[in-house]
Parts: sequence; C-alpha cells; structure tokens
Amino acid sequence: MMGYVTRRLLIAVPTLVGVAVVSFLLMRLIPGDPARVLAGPDATAADVELIRRQFGFDKPVLNQFLDYMGRLATGDLGRSARTGDSVLAEILARLPYTVMLAVLATLLAVLVGCTLGVIAAVRREGLADLVLSGLSVFGVSMPVYWVGLLLVILFSVNLGWLPAAGAESWQGYILPTVTLSFFTIGFISRQMRSAMVETMEMDFIRTVRAKGVARWAVVLRHAVRNAALPVVTVIGLQFGQLLGGAVITETIFAWPGIGRLLVESIGARDFTTVQGAILIFAVALILVNLLTDIVYAYIDPRIRYD
Amino acid sequence: MTALLDVKNLRTHFHTTSGVYRAVDGVDLTVHAGRTLCVVGESGSGKSVTALSVMGLIDAPGQVQPGSEIVFDGRDLLRLPERQLRSIRGRDITMIFQEPMTSLDPVYTVGYQIAEAVRAHNDVDRKGATERAIELMRLVGIPSPERRIHDYPHQMSGGMRQRVMIAAALSCDPKLLIADEPTTALDVTIQAQILELMKDLRDRLGTAILMITHDLGVVAEMADDVAVMYAGKVVETGSVTDVFNRPQHPYTEALLQSVPVLGMSKEHPLRVIQGMVPSPLNWPTGCRFAPRCTEAFDRCREELPPLFTVDDQRSACWLCETGARGSAGVEEIYR
Repeated sequence: MMGYVTRRLLIAVPTLVGVAVVSFLLMRLIPGDPARVLAGPDATAADVELIRRQFGFDKPVLNQFLDYMGRLATGDLGRSARTGDSVLAEILARLPYTVMLAVLATLLAVLVGCTLGVIAAVRREGLADLVLSGLSVFGVSMPVYWVGLLLVILFSVNLGWLPAAGAESWQGYILPTVTLSFFTIGFISRQMRSAMVETMEMDFIRTVRAKGVARWAVVLRHAVRNAALPVVTVIGLQFGQLLGGAVITETIFAWPGIGRLLVESIGARDFTTVQGAILIFAVALILVNLLTDIVYAYIDPRIRYD
Repeated sequence: MTALLDVKNLRTHFHTTSGVYRAVDGVDLTVHAGRTLCVVGESGSGKSVTALSVMGLIDAPGQVQPGSEIVFDGRDLLRLPERQLRSIRGRDITMIFQEPMTSLDPVYTVGYQIAEAVRAHNDVDRKGATERAIELMRLVGIPSPERRIHDYPHQMSGGMRQRVMIAAALSCDPKLLIADEPTTALDVTIQAQILELMKDLRDRLGTAILMITHDLGVVAEMADDVAVMYAGKVVETGSVTDVFNRPQHPYTEALLQSVPVLGMSKEHPLRVIQGMVPSPLNWPTGCRFAPRCTEAFDRCREELPPLFTVDDQRSACWLCETGARGSAGVEEIYR
C-alpha cells in the first residue's frame, strides 16, 4: 500500500505543474491591468508604472512565467499584490475554515444521502421512494446560491434562529454546511438508491436470505456494504463539485475561507493569490481522490494495489 | 416412508406488464425423509421457481397463489408468519444454488459467511461460530480450513466455493437440502466431486435432498425418486428405476431418448423433441405437451390430464388413464 501511495503522489506532480501552467495563463487572459486595479482609481500614471515594475508585470509573459515556476519549485507561492503578505500564509490562515466546511458538508451529505437512498431502495416503488426521489431531484436541481439565499431568508431573516454570515460561533456553521451539502445529498441518495436496487437483485443476497438471516441484517450487512462500492467513487468525484460550491457558499455567508479569498483576489487581479488558491484546490482534489481509492481497497477485498 | 415435504397444487405466478406469467402452475411433489428427489425438466419448466417457493423466497411481482400448499414436517409453510418461516429457512430447509461464483458475498470472508449461517439459528458467540465453520469446512473436504476461513470468495475456485455453500447449508443439520443445479456451472471433474460429496453427506447425515437438474446423468447418479416437470407442471413421478425403465409420459420417454450415448449408431439416431416449450404467459389448452407430442390425439388438445396412478408411478397422460403404457426405457435405448 505504501508503494502505491508513493506512486500516486509522484504521478500528482505533473498534474500540479499542469494546473500551475493553466492557472497562470488563464490569469493573463483576463482583461484588466492588474497594476491599475492595485493602484486604485486616483493613482497617477507614474504610480501605476511604479507598481507595474515592482511586481514584474512589465516583463514579457514568458519571463514572468519562468520566475513563477522557479519560485514554485522551491515551495514559494509568492506574495499577494493586494496585501503584500505571503500567499502561503494567507491560504493557511483560511484553509481550516474551508476544510471544516467541506468535511462537515461531506459527512452530512453521506449520512443523509445514503440513508435516504437505502430507504428508497428498500421501499422501492412505494410512497417513500416516490417522495424521496422527488426530493433528490429537487436537491440536484437547485443552484447552490439559490438554496443559500432561501435558507438565509427563512432561518436568519424571518425566524432569526441562525446567523446569516460569519464563522464566529458553531451556529454559523449550520447554514453554510446545509447549503453546501444540498446538491450532494440529492446526488448521493440517487446513486445509493440505484446501487442498492442493483445489489438487492444479486445472487448472494438470495443466499443470505436462504440462510434465514433477518431482513434488516441482509440490508445493512450485505446490501449496503456492496452498494457502497460505486457510491464511494461518486463521493470522491463529488468533492470537486463541493469545492466549486464552497466558492459560492463562502461568498454568500461571508465565510473566511479559501473560496472567498479566491473570489476577492480575482476581483483585485491579485494573480499570485488566485494561482496559489487554485493550486491548493488541485492538491485537495488529488488527495481526496487518493483517499477514495484507499477507502475503496479497504471495503472491497478484491482490490489490492500492490 | 414418511413425507417430509409435500407440495400440493403449488401455483406461483408473476404479474408482469405483459400479462400473468404462470411459471409454476399446479405442481405436486413429495420428498420423503432421508431420500433424494430429483426434479428434471427443460429451462423454463418452473423447477427453480418451485424451489424458491418452498424456501419462501419469491419476491414481487411473483406470488404464490391461494390454494397452494407446502407442507413441511406437518406444517403448511404458506400459513406460517414470516418470523417462524425464517427460523425454518436456513435451519431445517437450506438451499444451494447454481452459480457458486456469484452466490457468495464478495466482501466477506468465506469463514464469516458460514459462521453467519451458524449464528442465525444458534445462540453462539463469534468464536464458537468460527470453530463450527472450521468444522463444517473440514466436513465438506476443504483442505486446511483454519487458514482458508480467512479467504475471500474470489480467492477460491468454483468447486471450492460450492463446497463453502454446502458447508453453510449444512450448518444446522437440515432435514431438507434443496440444490438448484449445483453442478451445472462447474467443470465435469469438479461436478463428479461435488455429487460424490453430496451423496456421502446424505448417507452420513441422513439429510433429504430436493435436487433440481436438467442433466439425466445427475439424476441417475443421485436420485431415489424423480419428478419430471414440463410447462409449470409435474408430468411424471416415481422411483428412478421405474421412471427410467418404463417412462409412462411421452415427454419423459422423449427426454430419455434425447440423451446421447456412447456407441450410438445410425440405426438408433438421437431423438429430438420437435418444437419449443410454450410460453408461461399463454399455456396451450389441454395437455401442455400435446403440440410437441408424437402420440397426441384429440382429447389431449382439449382436456388437461390429471396425474394418473400407474402402479408405483404417476403420469399426467391420457394414455395412462387405463393403466400402464408400453414404452421404451433407458435399458432399451442404451442397449
């Protein structure tokens, strides 16, 4: 297993280089002069020129690129043009908030999504299945920003139960977590339902039933564990969606995480911070996919990586 | 001889969008304690559905029709609540299946899956169940069972997996073992080993066996009694010697004659049963074999023959209404 993990991490290096190249190039394609944005509306032409030289925007793009990649190779993500702080420090300060939100949303989505999916499959074609299928279609059809705003209107504005923004108290975590997991709950529950329906028709389920094992044990011990195999893959892939959702969710709830950092930095044409944040997202995605494959091997004895 | 299992007028239908699929449509059969009954018939004749009905494992859209009776050990299983049925299933009646490759859960060790059968019906802890699993694996001839209980199904061959299935099925000393084509998916040499094992266990443990097969060679090897099924009904029953030597139903006779035998000559070519098995959505009126029968006459196409008693056999053919019919048994064919 260690050999496999090492190999996977080594394969991740070219992927990250690719991400760095693409994010660098994309930023140069965005219209707008970063020096002018940084200098502010009242700045003189001389000020703008000074800033341009200071951050190296006056050099040819190829040179800027080589500088950036050279620093990256030493683990230096550069300095933020907006605040002058180290990009790495800024990201690390905000990372725990985003990680916490993503982990909570994933846990909630897995817990609720799998439960709903199993219930729908067991009560197939019954009322529960119909209601739950409707709910999950609702879940996957609602855009994140719309769900977030509706929840704020209901629970913060009208009922006044939960804060609309900020991460100061544990109550502040509730609405962003629910918002972020909304789509994933719908998605996972649909996947789980179809995987369960398929598994329940397998020969080995009939064998277990023929042994006289109680129905709940047939479902929980055998069907759920086998149905979980394809769903784990989906959860891993879903994490990318979750990161995208985090950008929007953090903006709605003024959440001090990386998603909002990214949005603010794009607005300010803060190239280095944007590139750093994208790189961190890529690292997170690669690690989660690796984790997914490790979990997969753990729950399916047929898969061995070495 | 006491009847351990007595199935009377079993009808299991499936309500589908294209109509009512009458897979089993009036089956009568009896398994005597300690004896082996082989149910033979072509694919689609209702053999497996009969077995699953006895196990109580028919799922929607399938339904055992009212008026059917499955009397096991003096109790009609169809009248028992699910809870009591479950305590019989896996303890007194157990079942092994055709596909050992897919009949075991891939994510649990074989030891766990045998122990699960033990624990479903006995008040034992995990350790006791595991010990029993090792004992059972030794009983079915799996070498070094202490090590192999930790194997997953994919690490075993088809023959070994079928032995695991048999081990789990024997965990509570069942009175009746239902085997649904247990050797069909296996290599010929492995088939022989599994049949040998089943015979050996039957003789040692006194378990009655209801064996489903389409292989007359397996019948010859295993059976005390035979029930021949065609189109959802039993058309002939009797002891294996009687049925093989003087088949009373034309279908049985044709079935016996369609088995290739070493040393066959042009003078005695292999017989082919013309036509196809009718669809369970739309059984023909009268005798269901009549459209393919070389002996059929007008009455066959109009009236469904009941099972007539002919000496020690029973046959659902109008030709047997007044007694035994002259026919060619295996001895003549194989001569």
